[in-house]
Amino acid sequence: MNHLPILQVIIPLLAAPLCIVFGSRRLAWLIALVATWSSFAVSLLIAQQVMSVGALSYDIGGWPAPWGITYYIDYLNAFVLLIVSGMSALVLPYAFKSVAQEIDSATQPYFYSLLLVCLAGLLGITVTGDAFNMYVFLELSSLSSYALIGMGPRRRALTAAYQYLVMGTIGATFILIGIGLLYSLTGSLNIQDISYQLHANHIIGSGNRTLLTAFAFIIVGLSLKLALFPLHLWLPNAYSYAPSVVTIFLASTATKVAIYMLLRFCYSVVGSGSIFQLALGKIFLISSLAAIIIASVVAIFQYDIKRMLAYSSVAQIGYMTLGLSLSNLGGLSAGILHMFNHALMKGLLFMTMGAVSYSVGSVYLTDFRGLGRRMPFTMAAFVIGGLSLMGVPGTAGFVSKWMLVQAALERGWWDVVVLILIGSLLAVVYVWRVVETAYFNPLLELEEEEVGEAPLSLLIPMWLMVVANIYFGIDSSIPVNFAQRAAALLLGGM
Amino acid sequence: MSWVGHYNYWVAIFLMMSGFYVVISRGNLIKKLIGLNVFSTSVFLLYISMGKVNGGTAPIYCEHIHPGQLFSNPVPHVLILTAIVVGVATTAVGLALTVRINERYGTIEEDEIRAKDDSL
Repeated sequence: MNHLPILQVIIPLLAAPLCIVFGSRRLAWLIALVATWSSFAVSLLIAQQVMSVGALSYDIGGWPAPWGITYYIDYLNAFVLLIVSGMSALVLPYAFKSVAQEIDSATQPYFYSLLLVCLAGLLGITVTGDAFNMYVFLELSSLSSYALIGMGPRRRALTAAYQYLVMGTIGATFILIGIGLLYSLTGSLNIQDISYQLHANHIIGSGNRTLLTAFAFIIVGLSLKLALFPLHLWLPNAYSYAPSVVTIFLASTATKVAIYMLLRFCYSVVGSGSIFQLALGKIFLISSLAAIIIASVVAIFQYDIKRMLAYSSVAQIGYMTLGLSLSNLGGLSAGILHMFNHALMKGLLFMTMGAVSYSVGSVYLTDFRGLGRRMPFTMAAFVIGGLSLMGVPGTAGFVSKWMLVQAALERGWWDVVVLILIGSLLAVVYVWRVVETAYFNPLLELEEEEVGEAPLSLLIPMWLMVVANIYFGIDSSIPVNFAQRAAALLLGGM
Repeated sequence: MSWVGHYNYWVAIFLMMSGFYVVISRGNLIKKLIGLNVFSTSVFLLYISMGKVNGGTAPIYCEHIHPGQLFSNPVPHVLILTAIVVGVATTAVGLALTVRINERYGTIEEDEIRAKDDSL
């Protein structure tokens, strides 16, 4: 039997207590590093197997599907697994210096342990094929991320974490209600089996009210978790006050996994042909477009640059859900691809924020004066990340926006295309503010002090991300291929 | 008839909405957590009542079971056991954060915390 799917979750979960047992911060970091790299290796192996033999299925404890918990991995899961474990593998080398500065040495083992628990939760959500198991992993990752955000250096991190805890718990409880109602309707928790029962008993399409209620609860709960526009209030605070490493990690993985759950429930459970898509598509369309425009405008007026990028994340999430709401092959694959590309660019941009806060101490707009000269590598990385965010050809961001525009054109929605382009222009405005300050606003001589480039252990992961942003902008065949196959699979039903 | 027959749902909805109202309307962080607990407890009740089968007994198999005996569905009960553990963990994290907020701000009233943040 092939044990790769369970290894994906077990490795970080077992490594987490080990970090605390030894009590040394270096050892804890080393354990976390080994654990994340081996999870990345496992997810590469899984992706390779999915490509060669198709979907993997793993019965935990040998109990077969409708009774036991089954892990089920197809193209979509494999792709999200690569994003999550790949980002964690890049964040860990970066973490050592950044965490050493921001968090006192006694709590550092706990920090790494929580980071691994969060990783295990996110990977668990992605591999599992069982709805309730998904909820448990969701809470596992959420609880650890509340604690991680609360470790931020400023005291507002605590209130941000509390706010996220309240909103996150309400979201998760809604998801729990939805799953319960689905269970009462079908008598099953296995996602494939739920879908089969719904179709076989003709519950879908009959306007069954329990199904509608269940679905409404799940969608609202997940929208809270993925910070869809009117429900995004927790995100800017949480991202701007969390420790740098946590922001990088959560921004590039947590919301993506929530979108993955949304795709699973929308397409794999209910199916694209069903009546839900009509109304749901419109709701998602409106809030995605609102996210793209309003969050981008709000980002322009932020002086805390980390906060500005957090609002930009809300806008970028809008692009992903827009792909979902288009609900054709092009739109869906653009949305899935944008999950990957957004992880690349926002990971990179938050890495530069971490480096600036490491050297300068804070990330207000005024702190960026003269940084173009004093931290040339970091700011160059920021410029490339910014270009990718705008969607300039030659960077990863271009590919997914191009596919999104094409999908909207395929539907003949010119107004949507115009709004997507306006969103990109707004990104130009807010990225330019930082670039202008960094390169064209010199420091007064009075203020000239020794601020040097960030250490190599921060620069190397950052520049690996730069290379990835450019590489996947020029040769995007691997992620595009994955995204298109995943989209085709979702639209075809399970 | 069906309105009375579904009274377990009404209890769940009432608890849920009162918990939700407390979370939204109270400024005290501890009271918010209490509201959050009431909110999640309503879901526990919803799940538990879902598993009840009319005339069913506890699902334990033994020799004295006569044929045709109905059993309650144990799965929702097991599921909610997990959810209760999650709820306890959430409360613990929330209370720990509240303690830390009290240490750093000297208050757990939301408006006072906001005033202290804005004055900086």
